[in-house]
Amino acid sequence: MLMNPKDSTVSTAHPTKVVARGVKVFYGAAEALHGVDLDVKANEVTSLIGPSGCGKSTFLRCLNRMNDVIDGCRVEGSILLDGDDIYSSAVDPVLLRQRVGMVFQKPNPFPKSIYDNIAYGPRIHGLVSDRNELDEVVERSLTKAGLWNEVKDRLQQPGTGLSGGQQQRLCIARAIAVSPELILMDEPCSALDPIATAKVEELMDELRANYTIVIVTHSMQQAARVSQRTAFFHLGHLVEVGETEQMFTNPQDERTQGYITGRFG
Amino acid sequence: MSQQHIVASYDAELSRLNQLIAEMGGLAESQLATAVDALSRRDSKLAANVVAQDSRVDALENEVDNFAVRLLALRQPMASDLRNIVGSIRIAADLERIADYAANVAKRTIALNQNAPVEPARAIPRMSRLVAAMIKDVLDAYVDRDVAKAIDVWGRDIEVDDAYSSLFRELLTYMMEDPRNITVCTHLLFIAKNIERIGDHITNIAETIHFAVSGQRLVQARPKTDETPFAAHPGDAPAGAAESKDD
Repeated sequence: MLMNPKDSTVSTAHPTKVVARGVKVFYGAAEALHGVDLDVKANEVTSLIGPSGCGKSTFLRCLNRMNDVIDGCRVEGSILLDGDDIYSSAVDPVLLRQRVGMVFQKPNPFPKSIYDNIAYGPRIHGLVSDRNELDEVVERSLTKAGLWNEVKDRLQQPGTGLSGGQQQRLCIARAIAVSPELILMDEPCSALDPIATAKVEELMDELRANYTIVIVTHSMQQAARVSQRTAFFHLGHLVEVGETEQMFTNPQDERTQGYITGRFG
Repeated sequence: MSQQHIVASYDAELSRLNQLIAEMGGLAESQLATAVDALSRRDSKLAANVVAQDSRVDALENEVDNFAVRLLALRQPMASDLRNIVGSIRIAADLERIADYAANVAKRTIALNQNAPVEPARAIPRMSRLVAAMIKDVLDAYVDRDVAKAIDVWGRDIEVDDAYSSLFRELLTYMMEDPRNITVCTHLLFIAKNIERIGDHITNIAETIHFAVSGQRLVQARPKTDETPFAAHPGDAPAGAAESKDD
């Protein structure tokens, strides 16, 4: 049975990048996500909020089939990326994860140089034909991630030598380097100080001109700042989704109101 | 929302904000009542008292403003909390204006008492009773978060406008009958206008309550029947609509 989430507004400005219908996730026998219907619009930041254990990260991981690597995890329903079913047997999950990049809560640069961190993806996916092209890709990715000026003179130094905020931007640059269409972020700023957080948020705003972003965040203030649409999850259900401004000034569902005003967690 | 915040001090602070507004409202209510009482009984001492008390209302408005800004900065309120806090700022401003108008009525009463009483002055207490009932009801609506009651008060302002229009005509006629009446009638005109403006501010409060509670704005234009901007000659029916855009 599908929960019909309350959609506070209808946005026709952007085409739809991802269409999720009736998505259920089971860990063994336990149903963790109960039939989620959600549209993600292109070139927008969509934020997923909700208390711990509500299913938002589980849902996020469906979008690039990261749940495939979890033992005993089963996904039902359909997820279409630009109209193509990402769970069809014809889809190569590795190629999917090139189109759909992911950034995690704890920055996780490879134990390689800054240069190689970025170059790794394009190399193994065979996206570049020579060293010059690779250099260009590395520079472009680091520039888009707002990191180029800070690291251009030390590209051979290890990525792990950067500060937390820089490492996270390195991970974003790494995700961008393989030309994804969709970027998933799972609490990307939780481990960062306020300045580093602000830089990543600014980066998100710039990136959405060319990419679509879905972010899971514990901070409602962050969701309010960075996203155009917000989806509220609770106990494995998608309760309400709508324009961010509407969700935070006048949500339709009592549970949404209760959560965002701090009346229950 | 009847549910409590997880952080109890947040609820305590929101309660305090409500209390401040209720206190301001009660003061504004009693200022108007006392001012009109002073007018009816031609009591200049009582009127002077009203004028002196106005500073208490101003002080409360400052307190509400400061407290609301503090809540905005420290609590990052969302949804209903945000609307209530912003609503309190607006309501406090309207209540301060209402109390100001009451003090103005009191000032003019002192001037009036230097002259002999006149007939149209008797219409003023009737007009102010309408407004006094509106203040009481809108404050009740605020405390109870009662949107229906707020809308009802919002609609009643038309009666105040009607009373003002009719008093306007009466005063013009009186002035034309005898130029010696002009000073007194002019004061009464201002007094009547002040009371009419109080009614308008009460409707602002009603609109704010509606938005704070429901999250929607009252979109339809409030019916206004103050025809006085269109009155050409006191004896004529005003040329122009029964509904007018206010000055």
